[in-house]
Amino acid sequence: MGLKLTTSDQEQLAGARGPAARMAMSITVRMAEVCGAETLMDITAAHIDSSLYQGDATLEYAERLTSLGAKVIVPTTLNVSGVDEHGWRDWAVPPEWAVKARRQMIAYQSMGCLPIWTCAPYQTDQRPKFGQQIAWGESNAIVFANSVIGARTERYPDLFDICAAITGRVPATGLHLTENRAGQLFMRLKDVPRHVQEDDSFYPVLGYLIGKVAQDRIPVVEGIEVTPSEDQLKALCAATTSSGAVALCHLIGITPEAPTLEAAFQGRAPQQTIEVTMSELRAARRELTTADGQKLDMVVLGSPHFSLAEFQKLAPLLAGKQRHPDVQFLVTSSRLMTTLAEQSGCLEPLRQFGGKITVDTCILTTPMLYPEIKVLMTNSAKYAYYAPGMLNTQVVFGKLEDCVRSASEGRVVRDESLWES
Amino acid sequence: MGKLVRGKPVVAGEAQGEALVSDEPLSFWGGYDQHTGEIIDRRHPLSGQNAAGRVLVLPSARGSSTTTAVLLESIRLGNAPGAIVTNGVDHFFALASIVADEMYEKPIPIVALGANDFATLRSGQWIEINLDGTLTVED
Repeated sequence: MGLKLTTSDQEQLAGARGPAARMAMSITVRMAEVCGAETLMDITAAHIDSSLYQGDATLEYAERLTSLGAKVIVPTTLNVSGVDEHGWRDWAVPPEWAVKARRQMIAYQSMGCLPIWTCAPYQTDQRPKFGQQIAWGESNAIVFANSVIGARTERYPDLFDICAAITGRVPATGLHLTENRAGQLFMRLKDVPRHVQEDDSFYPVLGYLIGKVAQDRIPVVEGIEVTPSEDQLKALCAATTSSGAVALCHLIGITPEAPTLEAAFQGRAPQQTIEVTMSELRAARRELTTADGQKLDMVVLGSPHFSLAEFQKLAPLLAGKQRHPDVQFLVTSSRLMTTLAEQSGCLEPLRQFGGKITVDTCILTTPMLYPEIKVLMTNSAKYAYYAPGMLNTQVVFGKLEDCVRSASEGRVVRDESLWES
Repeated sequence: MGKLVRGKPVVAGEAQGEALVSDEPLSFWGGYDQHTGEIIDRRHPLSGQNAAGRVLVLPSARGSSTTTAVLLESIRLGNAPGAIVTNGVDHFFALASIVADEMYEKPIPIVALGANDFATLRSGQWIEINLDGTLTVED
């Protein structure tokens, strides 16, 4: 079976909606053939990771599309950019990088995208609905949309997400189709105590382990006995797709499509069954740390972007304390969440503590850190996973309370009691 | 004479080079230095190896959806692998090569193998990639 295009698809491909839509449709059709899709289908929203400046190729691509008159035809939000538009001068960002990253921001805004500049679009009013067919970029957001909300998106890579927003069409394949959403790998939590499951640090650790084992398969996780907060699920989702290529993770009792094992597997048998005990979780937690001493240069929080609830949790921990002069303290978030945090009085304790905020981007997507920063500490598995390779730093993974205490004492301190028992 | 391995030309093209093989997926974002071609994911078995101009053999791309942007930039800069061979079709590598074709008329060949053929490839072999997706492999 070859790919069948509708009359409207063929018209876009022939240039009836202009040269930008023609280029976007040409890429879409070639990708549909790679995927083995038989048709294209409509999507009703998009989230664009291509807005992230990664060098001249990504800028040239954006400006080629705008010069051809590109306009998105579905509601489309923008992921992080390559620069904190108004705050980059406080950091090591080279001016020529800032200029080009900003040009790329402007290019995508001129196509009609909403400049929310966040990797947590599911925590804005553009959050998709259950069952909605969407084309999302940004790996953590993809997992969250599929697994927590039950919206349907493939893992759309940079450069392709914008094509979907311009044409409104994607290959009818992968996770858009019910039959491809069945679980493949069964991971059963065994004897993981409730007090561990209630702790924030359980979720990035479990997510890291899920991604490492599942790779690009669809895992089904049974045994979460508590009701995780949205930010705990956010941390889990982001971790699964750092250590693996997960796009959908069925959490029994949490994922809308997975009220039961039967539903998650769509009646099929798992390819593999794995028991997850405290021993595997301890090992996963150890792997998230690469530094072995107490030396610490910086604490960084907010990957995915810090939410209002996270700011509200952080603020009382900081009250009356100050960071050690040798340790920087940074939170990465969105303009929206930062504004809400300011209105709710959560930013003043952060300022008093000596902490800073970066918006629009994060430490992995803009060259903001000075080379003297050698050891980072974070509560984010995504930061912990990527920092050693991308930033050439060592990293310590710890819970939020440990991050604050370490920043205040000027050395790495971690409460091991949760994991030792 | 080398042995012939039949693959699927996901993005058709010709290339040859020394194979760099791993059975672990790699995210190019955070894992591949577009300015040098070095593999920089310090948790990856190929960490420290240089893949520029070589035939990179990986099961798939891991994780980040920015892999495509990094591969496109490395193609533009001339530091990309000469070709990429995967275990089954990988959409991320395919897209980067298709966009490199649309933008710069510089696609790199992307070939998908079946699992059994994929498992026969070793680092250091000389691999020639043909337009029809077949590989000629010499030890």
